[in-house]
Amino acid sequence: MKLIIAVIQPDKLTDVKKALFEAKVHKMTALNVIGCGQQMGYKETYRGAPTEVNLLKKVELQIAVNESFVEPTVNAIIKGARTGTIGDGKIFILDLPECIRIRTGERGGEAIG
Amino acid sequence: MERTMNRTLWRTALLGAALGSLLGVGRALGADAAPPAFTQEMATAIGDTKVALDTLWVMVTGFLVFFMNLGFAMVESGLCRAKNTVNILAKNFIVFAIASIAFWLLGWGLMFGDGTGLVGLKGLFCVTGADNSPATGDGYAGVYSALNWTGVPIWAKFFFQLVFAGTAATIVSGAVAERIKFHAFLVFSFVLVAFMYPVTGHWVWGGGWLQKLGMWDFAGSTVVHSVGGWAALAGVLLLGPRLGKYRADGSVNPIFGHNMSTTALGVFVLWFGWFGFNPGSTMAAIAADIGRIAVTTNAAAAAATLSATLVAWKLLGKPDLSMMLNGCLAGLVAVTAPCAYIGVGSATVVGLIAGVLVVLAVLFFDKVHLDDPVGALSVHLVNGVFGTLAVGLFAQDSIMPNTTGNGLLFGGGLKLLGAQATGAAAVALFTFAVSLIVWAAIKAAVGLRVSPAEEVGGLDVGEHGMEAYPDFQGFLTK
Repeated sequence: MKLIIAVIQPDKLTDVKKALFEAKVHKMTALNVIGCGQQMGYKETYRGAPTEVNLLKKVELQIAVNESFVEPTVNAIIKGARTGTIGDGKIFILDLPECIRIRTGERGGEAIG
Repeated sequence: MERTMNRTLWRTALLGAALGSLLGVGRALGADAAPPAFTQEMATAIGDTKVALDTLWVMVTGFLVFFMNLGFAMVESGLCRAKNTVNILAKNFIVFAIASIAFWLLGWGLMFGDGTGLVGLKGLFCVTGADNSPATGDGYAGVYSALNWTGVPIWAKFFFQLVFAGTAATIVSGAVAERIKFHAFLVFSFVLVAFMYPVTGHWVWGGGWLQKLGMWDFAGSTVVHSVGGWAALAGVLLLGPRLGKYRADGSVNPIFGHNMSTTALGVFVLWFGWFGFNPGSTMAAIAADIGRIAVTTNAAAAAATLSATLVAWKLLGKPDLSMMLNGCLAGLVAVTAPCAYIGVGSATVVGLIAGVLVVLAVLFFDKVHLDDPVGALSVHLVNGVFGTLAVGLFAQDSIMPNTTGNGLLFGGGLKLLGAQATGAAAVALFTFAVSLIVWAAIKAAVGLRVSPAEEVGGLDVGEHGMEAYPDFQGFLTK
């Protein structure tokens, strides 16, 4: 089992969700985060005082998958989120030792579903 | 026994004597004093009091209409996304400043100056034409004769008309929100208030050809609201929809407003302000009229709120608050033209129809992919036209004699309705055509729409370099 963490542009969330649904991945968690990689910040000013904003708004998706779904999920995320410009985001894959469904108590692969 | 009788007799006698002497004194006083004469000073004082009352009325209602700008700012910013809030507030704020200058520089003169049936020609610039307001009727000897029927000073007239012009300009900002360049909007607003609004206003209120034709628009369903609506429609057509509003298959992707509290409170402010907009258009503190007009205004707003709620509930499954609010505004816009000429029952019917129209119009505009974030076209354009025609249907001569005459439903035939339709159509053609030209010229000269990257990032940062809610983290899109 793996936990896939993807940090994407917020306005690509709809496209990524659509691509994931097409890949039969329906279960996920989404968070508001701020962050940056290579993408530079932008300038804001307030009453004459300029400031640099370099932690930018992003969306983080967390998707728990069985081994067979890792590649399809990653490909779907890339398909939905890629624009070719700096700032498209990153995908991290973590090992997931255990997963439990609260309602039924199932564990492991069946719990991921 | 005898002593009691005597006491009673004495008392009666005393009372009789006292009364008799009073009468005698009174007769003497009455016979000597003459009734007080009605002097010129008294006449002047009474006249001055009337002018003072009328001016007070015009100014206070004018302040209420000014306050409507606050309502528009709240409605529009609430119905748009957080990332564009600064831009929308800036547009709504600055548009009144632009209107103030433009209307003073030229708009007032074009609209109310004596001239041809098409446009004013005298006293064009900076309200400097000859004028002896508050003289009225034949006593008026200035060049703004179109307003010589109201006995208030010139600057009261100007201020009241200015806030109406400002209302027309701010209608446009909602329809073009979330994708228009700030400077494009500024330029267009100036041209609208300096030229377009005054010309059509001259036709209807400034002694122009529509007024002569017998078209009546009491507080401006056509002059203010439909003008804003047609200008907005031209802008929406040339701008195109917001990114992502319409999917590839043609379905609508809802773009949620970020603050329904602000929107709802904004509509309350507009409802309140309309009690200045409609009753104030008497431009005189006429007791009989201003109470009735406030009630017809309110009746239409209430009825439209209810009918819009019911229609939205039926068609969409649940009572959508934004539809309820749009409904209220639709009723107010629709009753703006007929409010003085129709009964309360008629006003209720006008409101019921307006509420139905606005919901259907919102769905229609989305169907034909005309993206209007706040429903400005559905509220102001559609119901501005309907309200104008409603005069031709519901007017009653008995309510305000020697004005409209009877409408179609009260035995007046088609004459009034014909004039109303002609007026609505003429203003539509002129405003839409000129707006298209002006928007197109702006597009060619300085560009109309922001870049896609800026639209995605938000116009707050793109146009103004600042955010409305810098500390909030609510930017998750759905």
